Amino acid sequence: MVPGDLRYTKDHEWVRVEGDVATVGITEFAAHQLGDVVFVELPAVGRTLAQHATFGVVESVKAVSDLFAPVSGEVVATNEALGSRPELVNTDPYGEGWMLRVKVADAGQLDGLLAAEAYEQLTAEG
Amino acid sequence: MPYGPHSADDRARMLEAVGVDSVDRLFDDIPEALRSSPLRMDPPEPELALTARLLELASRNRTDLASFLGAGAYRHWTPAAVDQMLLRGEWYTAYTPYQPEVSQGTLQSIYEYQSLLAELTGMDVVSASHYDGGAATAEAALMTCRATGRERLLVSRGVHPHYRRTLETYADGAGLRVDEVPLAVEGPEAGTTDLAALQSMLADGAPVAGVVAANPNVLGLLEDLPRIGALAHGAGALLVHVIEPVSLSVLATPGETGADIACGEGQPLGIPLQYGGPYLGIVACREPLIRQIPGRLVGLTRDLEGRRAFVMTMRAREQDIRREKAASNICTNQALLALAAAIYLAAIGPHGLRDVAALGAARASELEAALAAAGAPRLHAGPYLNEFAVRVPDARRVHARLLDRGVLAGIPLAELLPADPSLADGLLVCATEVTTPADIATFADALRAELAGGAA
Repeated sequence: MVPGDLRYTKDHEWVRVEGDVATVGITEFAAHQLGDVVFVELPAVGRTLAQHATFGVVESVKAVSDLFAPVSGEVVATNEALGSRPELVNTDPYGEGWMLRVKVADAGQLDGLLAAEAYEQLTAEG
Repeated sequence: MPYGPHSADDRARMLEAVGVDSVDRLFDDIPEALRSSPLRMDPPEPELALTARLLELASRNRTDLASFLGAGAYRHWTPAAVDQMLLRGEWYTAYTPYQPEVSQGTLQSIYEYQSLLAELTGMDVVSASHYDGGAATAEAALMTCRATGRERLLVSRGVHPHYRRTLETYADGAGLRVDEVPLAVEGPEAGTTDLAALQSMLADGAPVAGVVAANPNVLGLLEDLPRIGALAHGAGALLVHVIEPVSLSVLATPGETGADIACGEGQPLGIPLQYGGPYLGIVACREPLIRQIPGRLVGLTRDLEGRRAFVMTMRAREQDIRREKAASNICTNQALLALAAAIYLAAIGPHGLRDVAALGAARASELEAALAAAGAPRLHAGPYLNEFAVRVPDARRVHARLLDRGVLAGIPLAELLPADPSLADGLLVCATEVTTPADIATFADALRAELAGGAA
């Protein structure tokens, strides 16, 4: 089950919107596919991201994958806990395993993201 | 066991199995224009005739000269155990095995190479390994760009020109800018990196990812690496320290100079001088940069039954997994040469390595006195270890004439660093522990005679 209150991308990021700030992480499906996450490389706070551009990488024991910005905006916080505990991405992908917070530049972009049902269908199709 | 992997019969059976009548048919999908023309090769020769021809070619090498040539590749004595160990068939596998953990011995040898080089350089992480000093320097420079997200590099002209050209080639493909920091021309710092120029180059223009400097530098002179590092770090750039490994037994290591990355040529560690290699590229770094270091890393762990086990580690950033986004796409290695370096270091030990460096320095000091007395004083005033430049009028002609007198008088700086007119009268010469007092006397006598205009 994916949380119903979040938005999703086809690249398996989730987005939680509170006011004009979007919190971003990767889905449980993605974390499971990657296997044990050993390292997360995140951008510096203050950097401006463009939607769909790479904002970092997540590294597991078997792969390194790019992370894509679901929305455009300035990075206002990153999850420093992941520096010493990258496994949070596996154990609590929608909570403590969050990756960054972005000040949303264009709220219209949020409408283009997938709702929970559509994302669930996407992963079910493989 | 047959020499060839497939007999004509094997090939016929394979062709039949896939249903084509000739090997050429397998290439039908490639347009004719793109296929290579037949290789132009001489017809086969009997082994006896071939051996005679190769010996004749080899005999044209001058091995009778008293040699003072260094400039990036150095003659050293190698304990006989090194070559004997290398001859063991167990080592002659394809470089890094792709099912690595079944080859525990190979992984252990790589791990020990890494450990020895980490101790020698004072760095946390050593990759195993790269083609040569030039490739290692280029990879180290690219690491600074990935780590900082910046796209401009400053490289001292004290870095070997071949390394600088290799770096330029890499940087060009990666869309990076490389600016060269000049050497000071006058005063006690002449021949070393111009620190005032470095400072202003760091302050002006695009932000700098890394500053690359060598110690000793290409002229044999010692650089103020801690100062260069402080300037680099003050501008948010990383310091790449280009090393000569034997010298690290007596000079400040990259761990001590404040370098973020160390790189250099491993040939002096038990690898014979060979035109075109194979040589050994060394890259080492501090732990925070571990995800940027290209090449193989072997780690030590325990298996399910608690036994000591060696594993390939940090592999997820390599090209077989990460393709075009890998830390490097040229991270094949020189495992046999890395092994040679490890055996050399283990055989000679830390005290032995200090003796090698100290004896080379002592011989170089004798060489300096003998050449000065023969009419060729040093070109620079700063300290050196075992290589230095001397001033000889018409250096290229004198160098050529000394060959006739049985002396390889280093290399004319007009050939090594042609862009620098202040070095036009220079010969770069070096001594190591294998340089004999007799060699030095031969060089000094020949030079004295040559400068006096005597006949050979």
